[in-house]
Amino acid sequence: MITLSHYIVLGAVLFCIAVAGLFINRKNVIVLLMSIELMLLAVNMNFVAFSRFLGDVSGQVFVFFILTVAAAEAAIGLAILVLLFRNRSTINIADIDSMKG
Amino acid sequence: MQLSTSILLTIALAPLVGCLLAGFLGKFLGRAGSHTVTILGVAISCALSFYVLYQLTLGGAETYNQNIYTWFQIGHFNASVGFLVDRLTAMMLVVVSFVSLLVHVYTIGYMADDDGYKRFFSYISLFTFSMFMLVMSNNFMQLFFGWEAVGLVSYLLIGFWYKRPTAIFANLKAFLVNRVGDFGFLLGIAAVLYFLGTLDYATAFGSAPSLIGKTLQITAGTQWDAATVICICLFIGAMGKSAQVPLHVWLPDSMEGPTPISALIHAATMVTAGIFMVARMSPLFELSSTALSFVLVIGATTALFTGLIGIVQNDIKRVIAYSTLSQLGYMTVALGVSMYSGAVYHLMTHAFFKALLFLGAGSVIIAMHHEQDMRYMGGLRKYMPITWITMWIGSLALVAVPFTSGFYSKDAIIEAVGESHRWGAHYAYFCVMAGVLVTSLYTFRQMFLTFHGKERFTVVAHHGHGHHDDDHGHHEPGVLEHAPKESPWVVTLPLVLLAIPSLLVGFFTVGPMLFGNWFGSAIHVDEANNVLAELGQEFHGATDMALHGFWSLPFALVLTAFVITTYIYLFNPAMAGKIKSALKPLWTVLDRKYWVDDVYFAVFARGGVKLGRLFWKAGDTAVIDDTMVNGSVSVIHRIAATTRRLQSGYLYHYAFAMILGLILLLGGYWFFGSGPIGSGLVGQ
Repeated sequence: MITLSHYIVLGAVLFCIAVAGLFINRKNVIVLLMSIELMLLAVNMNFVAFSRFLGDVSGQVFVFFILTVAAAEAAIGLAILVLLFRNRSTINIADIDSMKG
Repeated sequence: MQLSTSILLTIALAPLVGCLLAGFLGKFLGRAGSHTVTILGVAISCALSFYVLYQLTLGGAETYNQNIYTWFQIGHFNASVGFLVDRLTAMMLVVVSFVSLLVHVYTIGYMADDDGYKRFFSYISLFTFSMFMLVMSNNFMQLFFGWEAVGLVSYLLIGFWYKRPTAIFANLKAFLVNRVGDFGFLLGIAAVLYFLGTLDYATAFGSAPSLIGKTLQITAGTQWDAATVICICLFIGAMGKSAQVPLHVWLPDSMEGPTPISALIHAATMVTAGIFMVARMSPLFELSSTALSFVLVIGATTALFTGLIGIVQNDIKRVIAYSTLSQLGYMTVALGVSMYSGAVYHLMTHAFFKALLFLGAGSVIIAMHHEQDMRYMGGLRKYMPITWITMWIGSLALVAVPFTSGFYSKDAIIEAVGESHRWGAHYAYFCVMAGVLVTSLYTFRQMFLTFHGKERFTVVAHHGHGHHDDDHGHHEPGVLEHAPKESPWVVTLPLVLLAIPSLLVGFFTVGPMLFGNWFGSAIHVDEANNVLAELGQEFHGATDMALHGFWSLPFALVLTAFVITTYIYLFNPAMAGKIKSALKPLWTVLDRKYWVDDVYFAVFARGGVKLGRLFWKAGDTAVIDDTMVNGSVSVIHRIAATTRRLQSGYLYHYAFAMILGLILLLGGYWFFGSGPIGSGLVGQ
């Protein structure tokens, strides 16, 4: 029997993978974007699980919003990435440190 | 009969209009236009001043005392502009406007080559206006306005040739020394307001007797008589303006200004403002014998010791400048023995003969191509007879030869000091008597060196004949391009017009003005102090007084000096050098002017610079700049240098910080279990 706990654990695992992707990855900006998408999916997983558990549909409605926003964000993120590559000829994170104080 | 307000206003404002026209519209008026409007303005004032004097003396006009305009009002204190015109004022008006008019005319000749011609006319008209405001004032406030305004014009005119470093130094010095005096004056006015509650002359003098017995605590534990404090403070103002020891140092340096100014401002009128002021305040000064003794001692010291310096001066203008100091000392002595009318009377005669001497010196300076050193003059009498004769008249009046106007005023002062019983009168009597000898010595020396004896200059015909530029003062001393010649009529006419009153005014006015209580209520003297009345009992007409003067000690001293100087400077010129080397220490003391200037320079000027440097280094640089401004900057800089290390620029660091923050936040809520989120989590 798959219980609510399984879903929550799955969401947590996905979130942790995403955070690990953020931290461990030091090479590629695309991986960063993917990690962020993964985080959002982990959150979505929780939403759907709790929605089903509590019998409240609004959680699933939220998921649609989040997916839309995530798609838009990915589009903008990739566009920025393209511009970044054009300007700096790299997508290596270690090289992108203009904000260094 | 009442004097009309419009006449008085015209007297005061006509020179101001001239000043403004010449000053602001000088470009359109041109040189001739500028001197025409200013001379016209002063001429109107002069004519009306004579009319006012006539009305007050013979026309039976009453004293005019009215407020014309209220400047501002604070509580019960009214600051108004008003005129008090009595005989004292009228006399001052006539003296000021007459001398000013002649100086205006004289300036046409003296400043003919100067670039600042229009500016000069504008300034002297402004001076005339300021002086009128000073003497016509009916309250201390307006007096102070006039006082400062004449000081300002004096400053502007001493520094008239503003490209000369010495002139700039001199005008700054005059301004600073006058500030010292003015500070005392302002304190005196404040004390009048504090004790008497008003600055209006009539009201203040009316309630002056209420000062008796009042005291003021200046330092803890000592009580000062109120009247004494007021009078000494006011007199400190007079010491600054009238150049009394120890505030006399600015006057000799003021000779850096053009000669007409030396005549008008630094001899005849402005420097006598202090004398006039004390005479005007006679109801206050009569209350304090202490203050009058102070006045007496200061005046006597000035009269003798500044005259002595005059003996060793070689600059023709400086001799007259020290003579002015000495004569101002005589006036102050007269004030000190409660002989206010004598002081003012000497002020009047002195204004005529001293203006004459200065303008004569100016005429000599023109003839000598701006050479002022008497060692390079001599024998000028055959080149410039009018200047020679008129200057002799002025000199005779200065040394007080009987029948000249200077005799009547000065002899009366000497006699009065002898009669006085005030503390310090013996010292003063010695000073004024010795001063007669000293005055005669420097005056005759100056006349002989300038006009008599051998010519100590050579005339070298200039090569490029006809063309001479304004480059005066750079030639070798004692070498002239042209032979000296008599000055134009605009210069000699004022000399002649001043020589007449220098010679005659005393003879005709001594009876009524000095002994006839002519000033009436304008001057108040206590019966006990009235030395003039005692002298008046022995007065039997001007002729008698002059004849008596021939057999008196002062005239004997004049003759002694005449004999000595004649011998030294006409018959045995080498003698002067011998005396000088024989009395070397004394000569050094006089030549260094008792080191007063040096001490002031070392203590006040250097001290001021050092104090300023201290404030600059310790206050401004160390505290404000380094500690407060740059200090706060460097603290922030250091904090920023530490915190900027947190800004690595790497996205994952920021993300890590975000996550860490989120965990801490949530953990905190969950752990402490309060708030909506924490309780919600716990509740589930």
